[in-house]
Amino acid sequence: MLEVRGLSAWYGQAQALRDVGFDVREGELITLVGRNGAGKSTTLRCLMGLHRHMEGRVTLDGRDLAALPPHKRARAGLGYVPDDRGIYASLTVEENLLLPPQIGPTRWPLDRVYRAFPVLRERRAHSGAKLSGGEQQALSIARALRMGARVLLLDEPTEGLAPVLVRQLREMLLDAKREGLTMLLVEQNLRFATAVADRHYLLAQGTIVETLDATEIVARESELLRHLGV
Amino acid sequence: MDLGYLSVLLFNGLVNGAFYALLSLGLAIIFGVMRVVNFAHGAFYMLGAFAAYLLLQQAGIPFWPALLIAPLAVGLGGAVCERLLLRRLYTLDPLYSFLLTFGLTIFIQDAMRLRFGIQGQPYPLPGELASSVSLGLVSYPAYRLFVIAFSLAVCVAVWYVIERTRLGMVVRAATERTELTRALGIDVDRWITGVFAFGIALAALAGVLAAPMRNVSPLMGSELIILTFAVVVIGGLGSIAGAVAAGFLAGLLASVGAIFDPAIENVIVFALMAVILLVRPAGLFGSQEAA
Ligand SMILES: Nc1ncnc2c1ncn2[C@@H]1O[C@H](COP(=O)(O)OP(=O)(O)O)[C@@H](O)[C@H]1O
Ligand SMILES: [Mg+2]
Repeated sequence: MLEVRGLSAWYGQAQALRDVGFDVREGELITLVGRNGAGKSTTLRCLMGLHRHMEGRVTLDGRDLAALPPHKRARAGLGYVPDDRGIYASLTVEENLLLPPQIGPTRWPLDRVYRAFPVLRERRAHSGAKLSGGEQQALSIARALRMGARVLLLDEPTEGLAPVLVRQLREMLLDAKREGLTMLLVEQNLRFATAVADRHYLLAQGTIVETLDATEIVARESELLRHLGV
Repeated sequence: MDLGYLSVLLFNGLVNGAFYALLSLGLAIIFGVMRVVNFAHGAFYMLGAFAAYLLLQQAGIPFWPALLIAPLAVGLGGAVCERLLLRRLYTLDPLYSFLLTFGLTIFIQDAMRLRFGIQGQPYPLPGELASSVSLGLVSYPAYRLFVIAFSLAVCVAVWYVIERTRLGMVVRAATERTELTRALGIDVDRWITGVFAFGIALAALAGVLAAPMRNVSPLMGSELIILTFAVVVIGGLGSIAGAVAAGFLAGLLASVGAIFDPAIENVIVFALMAVILLVRPAGLFGSQEAA
């Protein structure tokens, strides 16, 4: 469904990504795992068209995204959940949900969003800035689901969340997966990645150094944790 | 000091504040969405006044229709400037767009000076408002009261659109996080021409309002624009409510300051800016984190 080939990216002279390639097939949840600075966020920003200084080929259902500006990529089905959650302080919680256009047949009505995330209904009239970290994360994901995104790009959703919220998030992603949603998850948290993903790409210093399936990653957990510097 | 004199000063302050508010509102909207510091705002204000003047001289179209036609025409000119000129610079350092609007200002001012000379042209008060209204202690020119009320109404209407409509929601989102807003499926560029044209139309509207009070002259915007920048900073860059509140506040303070010495009006606006920058670097209504 989503194919990335030969992706390289630069910040000025410094190369942040080197020949990155991976696939996300329909209904899969795959992770890009790597330590801080490995290039995970840059990869997602390249996919969304937010980082322009890049080379390589990104296709969604065979359609080359190179010529598409960010808003058309979103409309093509990419749902972006950025690393800082991207909640607007000048919009209410409900306006945060209503802002993106509704695309795709899998879009969620507001009602369903509120049933899945009751806390957002409670806070619908509050400013987005008034939410806790976990609520912001829920809002960011709910916003992408309401759009009807077909591929969710999640940038370290567990970061800064209390363990109980991480567990809730895991259930939420597994539910979404059961419903057939395709997801690309970027993580430093290997335990979390292991619990939800079908396949893992290990990213180090801007290149993919290994591809592991769900069983391999369990077998080699301690080695990988060392690699991630945890 | 007698109360009548004081109330006249306060009303004068509100009249000046009305102009600051309309101008800084346009500047704030343009800066918020586009990150363009539009130095040419004063020139478009002047064009608004000239448009009203020419409508009257050339076509016999009086004040009231001009109040609508002039902002539309000048706003359209703003849209053309955005499409033909500014649009090319968005990927560059914001300094370039500032320099462009600076050049545009000089071009517009000199073109008007060449055509109409430096001397101011008078513009008649609309007949309905030529009289004075008694306010108890003093009587005050009806036209000036109209300026206060009208610009307040415009500010409230703009505020309503921005806070309560879908259009405003997109403008707020694009103001806060332009790139993210794109990534959420919104074609921000499509809105930008409209936002710029709207900000320019507000400047032209202020120009039309100014015409019957001040002479219509090519340089009428150049002094005002510097003060307006100070007002925008006082209110908080990109803050809509801040621009309006700071506009009226600056107008009032400057006018009260004129009790002591009429020459210090402008000094007061800049002193207020300096104090605000020391105490609240992001301005009265700016988000303090962004500073
Ligand atoms: N805006 C930027 N300017 C310059 N370098 C950057 C910028 N953002 C990221 N980088 C660099 O690019 C590399 C990859 O960063 P990033 O994609 O954010 O990594 P990750 O998300 O895996 O932590 C890092 O070396 C980082 O320092
Ligand atoms: Mg990151």
